[in-house]
Amino acid sequence: MVDSVVTDADLQAYVDGLLPVERALAVEAHLAQHAEDARRVSEYRSQRQTLHGAFDHLLAEPVPAYLIRTVCRRPTVVRHRWALAAGLMAVSVLTGWMMRAYVGFSPVPAVAVLPRAAAVAHVVYSPEIRHPVEVEAREEEHLVRWLSKRLGVGLRIPKLQAQGYSLVGGRLLPGEKGPAAQFMYQDAKGQRLTLYVRVGGDDGGETAFRFAEEQKVRVFYWVDGRTGYALSGQIERAALLRVADAVYRELNR
Amino acid sequence: MSDELGTGFAEQTLQYLPRLRRYARALTGDAAAADDLVQDTLERALNKQALWREGSDLRAWLFTVMHNVFVNQIRSAAATRTVPVDDALLDSPAVTSTDRLELRDLDRALQCLPEEQREVVLLVGLEELTYEQAAAVLEIPAGTVMSRLSRGRERLRRILSGGGGSSPVLKVIK
Repeated sequence: MVDSVVTDADLQAYVDGLLPVERALAVEAHLAQHAEDARRVSEYRSQRQTLHGAFDHLLAEPVPAYLIRTVCRRPTVVRHRWALAAGLMAVSVLTGWMMRAYVGFSPVPAVAVLPRAAAVAHVVYSPEIRHPVEVEAREEEHLVRWLSKRLGVGLRIPKLQAQGYSLVGGRLLPGEKGPAAQFMYQDAKGQRLTLYVRVGGDDGGETAFRFAEEQKVRVFYWVDGRTGYALSGQIERAALLRVADAVYRELNR
Repeated sequence: MSDELGTGFAEQTLQYLPRLRRYARALTGDAAAADDLVQDTLERALNKQALWREGSDLRAWLFTVMHNVFVNQIRSAAATRTVPVDDALLDSPAVTSTDRLELRDLDRALQCLPEEQREVVLLVGLEELTYEQAAAVLEIPAGTVMSRLSRGRERLRRILSGGGGSSPVLKVIK
């Protein structure tokens, strides 16, 4: 179908407008005499138009905010995460040393690290005005998919409207053994609570609700299988417990 | 890494975001999967930005990163692959009911191409890369680009024309 002068590569390049003029003229002469090739070329051209017609709207469409933040905020986020990781390591070492005084040389249960990590993350991110979360609540579906993928478990985001808290969004954090997630909520007055979730601590099994207080942050935490949860806030213990209970019920619905 | 380099990199990357999204959307056939691919690409690109030589073509480099992420995803996903329907897009008012079927058909047809052919057809036909640029992005010889392009286009043509039937399923959108 293609004679020795005009190759298939020529036809493709002709379709793509990548041929020098004299070569393009040779192809046109060829096409005038080869109807089948002419038809193919015209259909290949309409393929290009079809592709543009179907997908060019994405060039005009606003880019989702979380993608822009991924690009812009990376250096800041990295610094935060490093600072946080360093802080956590110091905390773990300190906790380990203190625990040794109490219980001899037995290893620190990872569950003791959970409320610490959650409280630190709460202190770092809950006061943020402009960038409290990486992915906002209006992209909740993406948030769940993304963090579930990163943590390697199917996450659920508890609904806390009945308790007066709506979702702000969430972010990925470094945990003791791998990635952790933080979901942020706030009430009508702007009071924020954070739910910290991490997978694969050494604790194993399950724990009942436990309470910890770090500085002024109160934390209710529990472990369910391999997943640890910690709800942090700077509100009354009883009020926090009510929300923690709601979170637990939502997660086990 | 200086902040200046970081900022320049971010600014330029932002500029190419719409194109990365367009390519990813056509490649994956699904809006959500596309933006996941874009995000994974951005994270990887930012982690590896030291490997990008300033002054060289950042767009081509970003496409290369996306290609690598995409290939890895396919390898790890392997088994069950469905043909997704892009509900968000289908629901958008700009798409009329006659166009609906056509976009779905186009997505389906593209997904029927082997990934290696689909990538070349899209990089050249949609992203308007030259053959040399496409070869650099995919890290394959230019001759391989040509043969994949040729086979991919012919295959797409046959699928879209319903195997040569008299009523083409898809001719021109819009």
